[in-house]
Amino acid sequence: MLSRTADNLYWLARYMERADYLARVVEVTRRMANLPRAYGGVATEWDSALISSGAEEAFAATGLEPNETNVTCFLTFDENNPSSIRNCIELARTNARAVRTALTHEMWEAINGGWLEIRRFDARRNGQGMLDAEDLTQFLELVKEVSVQFDGSAYRTMLRNDAYWFSRLGMYVERADNTARILDVKYHVLLPDVETIGGSLDYFQWTSVLRAVSALTAYHWVYRQSIKPWLIADLLILKAEMPRSLLSCYENISHFLDLIGKAYGRQGLAQRQARQLYARLEHARIEEIFQTGLHEFITAFIDDNNRIGGRIAEQYLV
Amino acid sequence: MAGPGLRFDEMGGQGEAVRQTYERLAQWLNDTPADLLASRRRQAELLFRRIGITFAVYGDKEATERLIPFDIVPRILSRAEWDRLEKGLIQRVRALNMFLADVYGAREILRAGIVPADLVYKNPGYRPEMAGRPVPHDVYVHIAGIDIIRVDERDFYVLEDNARTPSGVSYMLENREVMMRLFPELFANHRVAPVENYPDALLATLRSVAPRTAGRDPAAVLLTPGQFNSAYYEHSFLADKLGVELVEGRDLFVQDDVVYMRTTEGPRRVDVIYRRIDDDFLDPLAFRPDSALGVPGLMHAYQAGNVTLCNAVGTGVADDKAIYTYMPDVIRFYLNEEPILKNVPTWRCREADALKYVLDNLGDLVVKEVNGSGGYGMLVGPHASKAEIESFRAKLARDPANFIAQPTLSLSTVPTSFDEGVRPRHVDLRPFVLSGSDGVRVVPGGLTRVAMKEGSLVVNSSQGGGTKDTWVLDDLGA
Repeated sequence: MLSRTADNLYWLARYMERADYLARVVEVTRRMANLPRAYGGVATEWDSALISSGAEEAFAATGLEPNETNVTCFLTFDENNPSSIRNCIELARTNARAVRTALTHEMWEAINGGWLEIRRFDARRNGQGMLDAEDLTQFLELVKEVSVQFDGSAYRTMLRNDAYWFSRLGMYVERADNTARILDVKYHVLLPDVETIGGSLDYFQWTSVLRAVSALTAYHWVYRQSIKPWLIADLLILKAEMPRSLLSCYENISHFLDLIGKAYGRQGLAQRQARQLYARLEHARIEEIFQTGLHEFITAFIDDNNRIGGRIAEQYLV
Repeated sequence: MAGPGLRFDEMGGQGEAVRQTYERLAQWLNDTPADLLASRRRQAELLFRRIGITFAVYGDKEATERLIPFDIVPRILSRAEWDRLEKGLIQRVRALNMFLADVYGAREILRAGIVPADLVYKNPGYRPEMAGRPVPHDVYVHIAGIDIIRVDERDFYVLEDNARTPSGVSYMLENREVMMRLFPELFANHRVAPVENYPDALLATLRSVAPRTAGRDPAAVLLTPGQFNSAYYEHSFLADKLGVELVEGRDLFVQDDVVYMRTTEGPRRVDVIYRRIDDDFLDPLAFRPDSALGVPGLMHAYQAGNVTLCNAVGTGVADDKAIYTYMPDVIRFYLNEEPILKNVPTWRCREADALKYVLDNLGDLVVKEVNGSGGYGMLVGPHASKAEIESFRAKLARDPANFIAQPTLSLSTVPTSFDEGVRPRHVDLRPFVLSGSDGVRVVPGGLTRVAMKEGSLVVNSSQGGGTKDTWVLDDLGA
């Protein structure tokens, strides 16, 4: 297939996934920022939101104060933020339009329908660029729905060929990045040397991490015990059954890269590096990760994931 | 030729009984309640939005693409009428191809004085780069759209030859699909010749002209200017039906005079390019240097004979309205046959006598720019205001060679369905003619364009025209 087509499919999936993640970050941050101080609510929540969505530099360039209004606007609708939710959906749609023959009707409907809805919300913003609280809640729900619809329609309707594989690769590379970012921002509250006698102030911080990757319920099913920070890290990094864990993402990335390699009769650096990273995650144990440093581990992972994204691009997309 | 007073209706003739071809349709129109037609009209619109240009249509910020109005009453030709038309089309396109091969080759027609040399050499569509460089199998116009009108029972007239990148074929195909869904009962009692094999015929045509250096399984692609082009929908529709890649200039590159596309499996050779980009934008090294749509080095690869462009570069010289006036002589010159399709009588304003006549009769004539298209830059005398006529008179006096004039033809009418009932509306027809190394292919039918406004003679979609399904009836048997 054309490299440009593969590139469009890959980025289409990445932008849809990113929009979903951003919606969750904004949701969780609203929740945290509104908690009384005594329960761990801190004024820096909106800074964290910017960092975990990779937008801190772009926001700093605006010179605005990182408060609820400014950051929410920036992450949801701001045209000058290349990664605002609105821009993500817009870019997803532009990519989709360019490869419409490679998409199924259902996928297009999911994207285009979502885009039209989002434009409706866009038109309802007030003078400061904010939606009112009720609208914002609905808007964030909508974004998550659109992303699920897109993902589901791709899963149900696409032929299982390279078009599908590149689209899945985009989704998992983005997802791995998102999970790693939220861990990176919150790693300090997950460190076990924090005392965790019941009712810790950090409880709400921990659950917020889980919420951001929609894993709060999953946590209880997997561990059947109260929230422990190292178990959160274990869930999000090493649990194969957790669909947003780094391990699960890499299981998928190497799986789809292998399918592509097999279909094309050729393997490259992307396959090799993805397989290595997958093996490393598969054999890692959470205790060791904490011993060598959670922060170091996450930072290294983000770099590796970026590098593999680059390899995929070099090998197939340009 | 029928004057404006004697309108020819394809269903009702010139006022007598219903013509035989339309008998069953007339009966059906008679039997079908108005509200049923109205509901089918609405369904048709919904279908077009869904299967048709859905993608770009609704709520598009650019609003570059809209739905072209579709009329649910088919336009019908009998097999005998079609056979005659088809022969004429094939003859005309053969002559066009021979003319182009000659103009870029031996130039016999110019030396014989049939066509004035300056009309060729000064023509903006003439490409000196093509002179003395034969193209594969001498086919220049692989895809032609010949605009046909009729004014009476007997004759078909060619209004325009479109030899560059004619569009509209996706409407021919989709109109039929929509009609078959909406009116199965009509198809059950008519024997309508299918058009759905057009993409196959097109692909066979494209592959038949692959360069000699191509492999056994030549790769064809469709080159589009991109998603913001107004015909992008058609480009992606056709690429999909043909099963070929829809490429933009940046997807292709040239190395050692061979064209490649960038694929996920590395560079892949491209042998035939069905290009929907004008000559000017094909190659920034050869033509407009500011074009970002094209492929640097493409012309060189083309001249080296390693890739075939469909249509060839430089075909614009043949679909010029001034050259058009010589087409009957062109046909006689190359084929030694009488033209089967007539030319609309045309005054060439470059000739003094003609100019005088035109200036004296502006109110009755249609005046067109030689290189204009899409219904822009033309004067329809009987429908124009005094001021418009006077401003055209000034333009004509300034640059007479840039204009031709034709009588105001009363295009035939066809029944057309509206809220207020079925009414006659003027139509033309664009059949698509495919020429490959293995012969000429024409699918029976084409795109019927209809002027939706009462009395209007302008059918161009850019001017509010609509489309109809066009039927060629194989027989009226049981």
